[in-house]
Amino acid sequence: MASEEQISAIKRAKVLMVGAGGIGCELLKTLALSGFQDIHIIDMDTIEVSNLNRQFLFRQSHVGQSKAKVARDAVLRFRPKISITPYHANVKESRFNVDFFKEFDVVLNGLDNLDARRHVNRLCLAADVPLVESGTTGFLGQVTVHLKGKTECYECQPKPAPKTYPVCTITSTPSKFIHCIVWAKDLLFAKLFGDKNQENDLNVRSSDTGNSSEHSADVFEYRKDEDIEQYGRRIYDHVFGHNIEVALSNEETWKNRNKPRPIYSKDVLPVKMTEKNGDTEKDCATGDVSVMAFLSLKNPQDIWSLAENSRVFLEALRLFFSKRLKDIGNLTFDKDDQLAVEFVTAAANIRASSFGIPLHSLFEAKGIAGNIVHAVATTNAIIAGLIVIEAIKVLKKDNNNYRMTYCLEHPSRKLLLMPVEPYEPNKSCYVCSETPLSLEVNTHHSKLRDFVEKIVKGKLGMNFPVIMQGASILYEVGEDLEEDMVAIYAANLEKAFSELPSSVISGTVLTVEDLQQEFSCSINIKHREEFDEEKEPDGMVLCGWVEAPVDKDNNKPIGNGESTSNALPSEEKDVEIQEMSGGTETVTGKKRKLSEVDESKKQKKPEKLDVDDEDDELVISDDWESLAKKNRV
Amino acid sequence: MNGEELTEQETALYDRQIRVWGADAQRRLSKSHILVYGMKGTVAEFCKNIVLAGVGSVTLMDDHAVTDSALSANFLILPDENLSHGKTLAEACCDSLKEFNPMVHVSVEKGDISTFGVEFFEKFDAVVISCCSLAKKKLINQKCRKLPKRISFYTVDCRGSCGEIFVDLKNYKYSKKKLEETIECQLEYPSFEDAIAAPWKALPKRVSKLYFGMRVIEQFEDIEGRNAGQTSIADLPGVLKLRKELCETNSVNESQVPDALLERLLIGTSEFPPVCAVIGGILGQEVIKAISGKGDPLKNFFFFDAMDGKGLIEDISKPRHS
Repeated sequence: MASEEQISAIKRAKVLMVGAGGIGCELLKTLALSGFQDIHIIDMDTIEVSNLNRQFLFRQSHVGQSKAKVARDAVLRFRPKISITPYHANVKESRFNVDFFKEFDVVLNGLDNLDARRHVNRLCLAADVPLVESGTTGFLGQVTVHLKGKTECYECQPKPAPKTYPVCTITSTPSKFIHCIVWAKDLLFAKLFGDKNQENDLNVRSSDTGNSSEHSADVFEYRKDEDIEQYGRRIYDHVFGHNIEVALSNEETWKNRNKPRPIYSKDVLPVKMTEKNGDTEKDCATGDVSVMAFLSLKNPQDIWSLAENSRVFLEALRLFFSKRLKDIGNLTFDKDDQLAVEFVTAAANIRASSFGIPLHSLFEAKGIAGNIVHAVATTNAIIAGLIVIEAIKVLKKDNNNYRMTYCLEHPSRKLLLMPVEPYEPNKSCYVCSETPLSLEVNTHHSKLRDFVEKIVKGKLGMNFPVIMQGASILYEVGEDLEEDMVAIYAANLEKAFSELPSSVISGTVLTVEDLQQEFSCSINIKHREEFDEEKEPDGMVLCGWVEAPVDKDNNKPIGNGESTSNALPSEEKDVEIQEMSGGTETVTGKKRKLSEVDESKKQKKPEKLDVDDEDDELVISDDWESLAKKNRV
Repeated sequence: MNGEELTEQETALYDRQIRVWGADAQRRLSKSHILVYGMKGTVAEFCKNIVLAGVGSVTLMDDHAVTDSALSANFLILPDENLSHGKTLAEACCDSLKEFNPMVHVSVEKGDISTFGVEFFEKFDAVVISCCSLAKKKLINQKCRKLPKRISFYTVDCRGSCGEIFVDLKNYKYSKKKLEETIECQLEYPSFEDAIAAPWKALPKRVSKLYFGMRVIEQFEDIEGRNAGQTSIADLPGVLKLRKELCETNSVNESQVPDALLERLLIGTSEFPPVCAVIGGILGQEVIKAISGKGDPLKNFFFFDAMDGKGLIEDISKPRHS
């Protein structure tokens, strides 16, 4: 079926795949079947049980092994003669530099996080290598094609930022279950089991001691030889009882809100537990320590009562201290840590109960706390097929036929797979069009460190930044820096903008670069005195930065849980179809379809396309606010 | 799977998909039995998908011997001579499929499916056939429809960069979420024979040309006594002649079935792996929906053409009139 030209273009091609997970397995298989013979694949992960429902190249016996390597071995079984080079590594490593990317004819992404995608986008721009991007969530997916100078780059369109919550909502006035999860995970769990030196907003002082001095006892300190259940009840009573009473004493807070009720362990679990449950300790099927197994709470989909949640809370605490003592002090929440999930579920539920918020099952809580993306094999298979179709067009330099393709759950005008022509680059994109940005900041208060962490690394996604003012380097990261320079940079980090060696004040222009990404950006500094603590907690505002409005969907997980399926048309209403005529103003500035740009350069198509001339070219409206709606279970 | 609850093993393995369709749907899947006929690339993809999804059993039928061309788009067949020597396509695929999910029972059925009686089909919840002539499609569809039990019936065919799925769910009741509520829906499907009997003139003007193209080729194979997919570019004159007759009979313009499309369908007797992945994925989702009874099923044709990248649904049935 394929022309000779196509077959040989495929045979000769050198392809880079980034990601060997859900999309990666399907993609590697389809590339191999389609005749590709030189494939490189980067993935830093190892195989987990929950991958096996869709990452079909992996078996139970492979759990713990490198995805890239096992994927390669599996595909060689049915295509023994092709070359697949696996890298069990992070794509951000310095060896994957522009020269590395230049070797490839096309780069195919099968990633699950925004950070890595932006990184690869910049390297592909710097190397001038075509990039085919993709993502899936449940039944939704999309494939997009990016060619430097010809189409939008991956960052031309705003991508939704992960949702965050104001501190006081978490610490004092939760109204949704997710607020309780964040409290349980990032505050309580972190306080009890995490790094003791980390700042924590949890109120740890108890007024019971009647001691108002600064050095009153930290309630969370485990006292030597204290009975574990007593310790547990002490913590319970402090966070669910005492802290709530303290909060209630501030009338103002509760004027327009439902008041929480304090909960004390003696009212929920009057009898000492060790008397009730005996000493038999069972582990769950995986051999991990688990409260559920111990308390015979078998079904993770059940919603526990307040009493059951309280029991789980205390038992989990006890099990951490009795079986995992050495972990305490260095734990961060891990969704695959069964005991941690049980503890966080219970704590969140008790807090929810206190605030009149509906309780959730462990299954649901785990999904929220762990930012779990729901996933099935079929969507990944469809998307992989579409990726290969675009990749082949790229190899044939079939410029007029590139498509962004959206895989929908519900058909829109009969279409389940909706192809759309790519747009030309966004002239305001600071990544591919080098538009300068500006930063509003209090130059006397904000330190360089905040700028580096929150703006340069955080918002701009640079990993190894160099920050300059004119010719002076204020800060850089590197391997062969001289000691005295390292000391100067370290000192600079702690200085406020205006105190830096070359003072940074209103009107100064900073240049920020990441040499590995070969990406450079100018930032105009504007001094501002005041910032809203709630809305602008960083004390710095970046402008000209193309950021999507925050997702209003209440159940979206927080932290770095991002839907891997971005920029989809709204599912609830009909997709708004707009005929785009040349030069139509849109949200992000003038955008024109590639075909309009290329009108003059259109080549005669070698084959007659069976295109119905009356078909509208379907165009997605810029409704970026509506994300892929999760299929509620 | 014993009893009504999912085992701990199932919950761990299926976690990510249970978050998509729920534990109830997962339970129903684990009790379902699927029959699959015609083990080419697209069907291999489909089987992979439903085995991963955790259906109860998959029964494979294809007595053709393993050949080199079978290897081209079918990743379930390993080129190792020792493994595939002397085996039929179904047998070779069976071993690979079992590996994807040890909890699914995968087996092979031999024989001429046209001779199997209605009772054979009774044990299945869904029947998927590929590489079948027009006559075979009608025959098997009718047998499935004869049973009081409702069997979900599907045909799937890929030719080069084009693919077609047909769905017949008989009288289908299902539930779906609308806003915050769950509502009950019902759909009535025509048989394959009835669907394609719909006069072309009565169909909506913008119906996919691929529908007509497939019907012309299908008729051509039927008239010439060919096996499914047994055509070449040399048949073009005969096909164009048939198209002329069919268009005249149906009072439609010949431009409804463009020359170039027919050429592509004639030449494309082998499968194009990316299209297999797309069609196998869509079909997998459809069967999962039908078994679980959740979500709007496709009614009743799905077409994909890699040339324009559109994946669209057409509702083809005889107009309702006396």
